[in-house]
Parts: sequence; structure tokens; C-alpha cells
Amino acid sequence: MDPDDTLARRLAKDLEAGFPDLVDLHRDRLYTIALRLLGDRRDAEEVAQDTLVRAFRAMQGYGADRIASLRLRPWLASIAVNLSRNRRRRADDRQPPSQLEPMLEGGFDVALDGSAGPDQRVDRRETQQELAAALLRLTPSVRAAIVLRHVDGLSVAETADALGRPEGTIKAQVHRGLRELRATLEAEAVAVAARPAPMKTHAGRLLPALEAIR
Amino acid sequence: MMTTPLSDAALVAGLRDLRAAAPASVGFGALVATGLADRYAPIDTALGRAFVAWNGRGISWVGQAPDAATFESRFRAEVGRDIAPADALPERLSRAISRRLAGDRRVRIPLDLRGHTAFEVAVWTKALEIPRGEVRPYGWVAAEIGKPKAVRAVGTALAHNPVPLVVPCHRVVRSDGLIGQYSMGGPEAKRRVLGSEGLDTAWLEAEAGRGVRFTGSDTTHIVCNPTCRDARRVTPQHRVTFPSLAAAATAGYRPCKHCRPVSLAA
Repeated sequence: MDPDDTLARRLAKDLEAGFPDLVDLHRDRLYTIALRLLGDRRDAEEVAQDTLVRAFRAMQGYGADRIASLRLRPWLASIAVNLSRNRRRRADDRQPPSQLEPMLEGGFDVALDGSAGPDQRVDRRETQQELAAALLRLTPSVRAAIVLRHVDGLSVAETADALGRPEGTIKAQVHRGLRELRATLEAEAVAVAARPAPMKTHAGRLLPALEAIR
Repeated sequence: MMTTPLSDAALVAGLRDLRAAAPASVGFGALVATGLADRYAPIDTALGRAFVAWNGRGISWVGQAPDAATFESRFRAEVGRDIAPADALPERLSRAISRRLAGDRRVRIPLDLRGHTAFEVAVWTKALEIPRGEVRPYGWVAAEIGKPKAVRAVGTALAHNPVPLVVPCHRVVRSDGLIGQYSMGGPEAKRRVLGSEGLDTAWLEAEAGRGVRFTGSDTTHIVCNPTCRDARRVTPQHRVTFPSLAAAATAGYRPCKHCRPVSLAA
């Protein structure tokens, strides 16, 4: 049985008793969704926490049947996407769209498995940075589709559910997102390859590194 | 060198690799915000260092302990929730507490009193109405909450106050005028807190010792609890004392509308 179905049933029975498990199961993915939508660690922490709190308060107002039938993964993702969107709008009101560099500060801390050597580790980290930066250049709606479908790993149907868009739209947006990501990464790799030797730092290793992840 | 096109599979694997672990504060923060766990920080009080615990619903626990670890383990045992230290109280709470402790009763302090009986909450809420520098007998609290016979139960509820000082259970004293027990360290600590609030406890106990339960003014013919702000404004030559409310009534005195004195069981 899907652990989320079991959890939803436990939450329906006793919300307070089940909620710590919901936090454990969903904390990292909600943080990841917000981090990859917003590109800022602090914002992502707040959005992830706020998502969990809002989910709790919403469930307090739901009857047991409604809680038991919640599809937690897409439901929580939709809250995180909405909160991220609100936060980005507020940020946009305060200042013009920021440059990529400050948005990227720090946000890459995936636990690396010990098997990778120091060089591979650097490669992988740089690859993540390039890809995360490329994600932030996508339009928000395409970015949300890509993040839910391919970073978080929801199905097309769940992504459509979470974003309130038809499945056909999600498929098209995911397709477009992958194409644009590839174009950005390849353009960057070409630009790096064209630089004089000392400049060929990390981006030149990006594509081989991505292939190596497979 | 960069001639191989990037495959979809490689791109998808790279995206999957962007998953990140949330800092522990995210999950614990959500539990605190929903009242399923608490944070705590030290505060300075009239009784020295104490610790305050709180969550998204309000202040949940105030206690003295020799050190943070002892406070934590007591909290876990008594309250049954997880707790972790914080650098300091949230600004909003610390301002509310210090204004409260300074005697401003208009400040609303959110309190998390889940798991306690309606009777206990009624007693604590009533204690919050007693002004700084004044005291009321247990019987007064009992009468005010509509349970005039529950004097002993009021004492028990006050002894179980989870947020002493914030809810001023120290401002409730024995009906015979003696200071009475106190959960934060017995009568001596209670005298110390009341003294820090400007009450002369030696005077109060001396008056009680000579049988004074109520005081009035022979100009207004109003009778008060002895520590009522109005009673203490009466000059010595106009001050009269009574052993009971009945005696005051016989002498033609009506009860003060501020401190609402009540007849006390002997």
C-alpha cells in the first residue's frame, strides 16, 4: 500500500498523532520544490515550514473522510507551489527581477554518496549549480511543471492535479522545459569551450558530468 | 569537445539530483507552529533565572530549574511534547511578558492551556485580573468564577498553574490573610515576588494577624479587600477595619466595585 494512503488514514483518525510522520515524510521534498522554484535557501525554508503548517490547519477544518481521501503528495506540492508564487510576487514588488548570481547563493547541499572522488564531487556540484540556474531562467509555469515532474518525481497526472492544469498542458510544458534547459546548458558549454584555457572551469565539464550521473 | 548533444535521460537524471535535504529547523519549526512541540529560552524574574516554553499557540510552561537540561526533561515528563532550546523568546512574546510582569494587564499574552480542565483555566484566567501589588483570597477567586464552595479546589488549581508569574497565582493568598503556599518555592518565594511588585507583605500579614480581613473609608462608606488600590488611598484617620463583610454591612458599608470583596468562610 502507498505509504501516503496509510498516512492519510492515520491523519484522519488522529491528526496530531499522525502529523509528525507527515513532516518527516514530506519535509525534504517540500523544501526541494520551494528551493528549485525560488533559488533561495532561506525562502525555501520558510515556504516548506509554512506549507506544513498550512496543511495542518487545513486538515483541522476537514472532516475525517476528506482527510483520508487526500492525495498528500500532489496536495502538499500545490500548497508549496502557491506559497512560492506568492513569495516571488512579493519579492518582485519590492525589487526588479534580480540577477541569477545572488539567487543562487548557497542552495546546493545534496548529500553526496561517499563513492565519488573529490573531482567527481566538484563536477557534480557544479553540474547541479548550472542546472539549478538554468531552471530559474524558465518561465514560472514551465519551471513549476518541470520541478514537480522531474525534480520531485510526481507523475504527469499528479503534476496536473497539483498545478490545476490539464495533463496535456503539463506534458507540453515539461517537453518545452526540457528543451529550454538543454538549450541553455549547451549554449553555456559552447561559450565556455570558446573561452581561453584558464576560463574553462566548471561549465566545460557540465555535459560529461550530467551524462555520468545517469 | 562539447559536441555530444545532451540526452533527455541525462537531463532528467540531473534534475532528480537536485533534491536537497531540508534543515532540521523546517520540520521542528512546523511542529512548534502547530503546537506539537515547543521551544524554550531563559528569562530573568524576581525569583532569578527561570525558563519559558512556548509554541505556536502561546506560552505553555514556565519553570525554575538549575539548568536547561533539567528544565527540558521536566517539560517532557510533565507535558509529553518534544522541546528544543531557542536563542531567545520571540520579540512579541518577550515584550508581552515583560509588560505583564511590570503590571500592565491590558497586554494579551497567548497561553497554551490545552489539556487542562475548564475549572483550572477559569481559575487562572481570574488570577490574571488581579492587579500587580494586590492580592485576593482563594475564596474570592472561587466566588468570582461562580463556585463559591470550591475554595480548596481553587488552591489546587493554582498550585498546578503551568505558567507561574505570567499567570500571577502568587497574588492569591489564604482567606485568613496568610501568604499561603507557592509552587515556585514556598511562602518565602511568594513574599519575594509580591514584594517585587510593591506589596508590603509584612504589613499585610501583621494586619491579618490582628484579625483584619477588610478595610473601609468612613467618608465613602465603601469596604474593600485590604490591598485594593482604592483602600490603600484612604488616609489613616479615615481608615476603618473589619473582621468580616457582615460586620462591614452592619456598619453601613457597601462593597467596593473594583475589588468586589466577598464573604469568606471562617
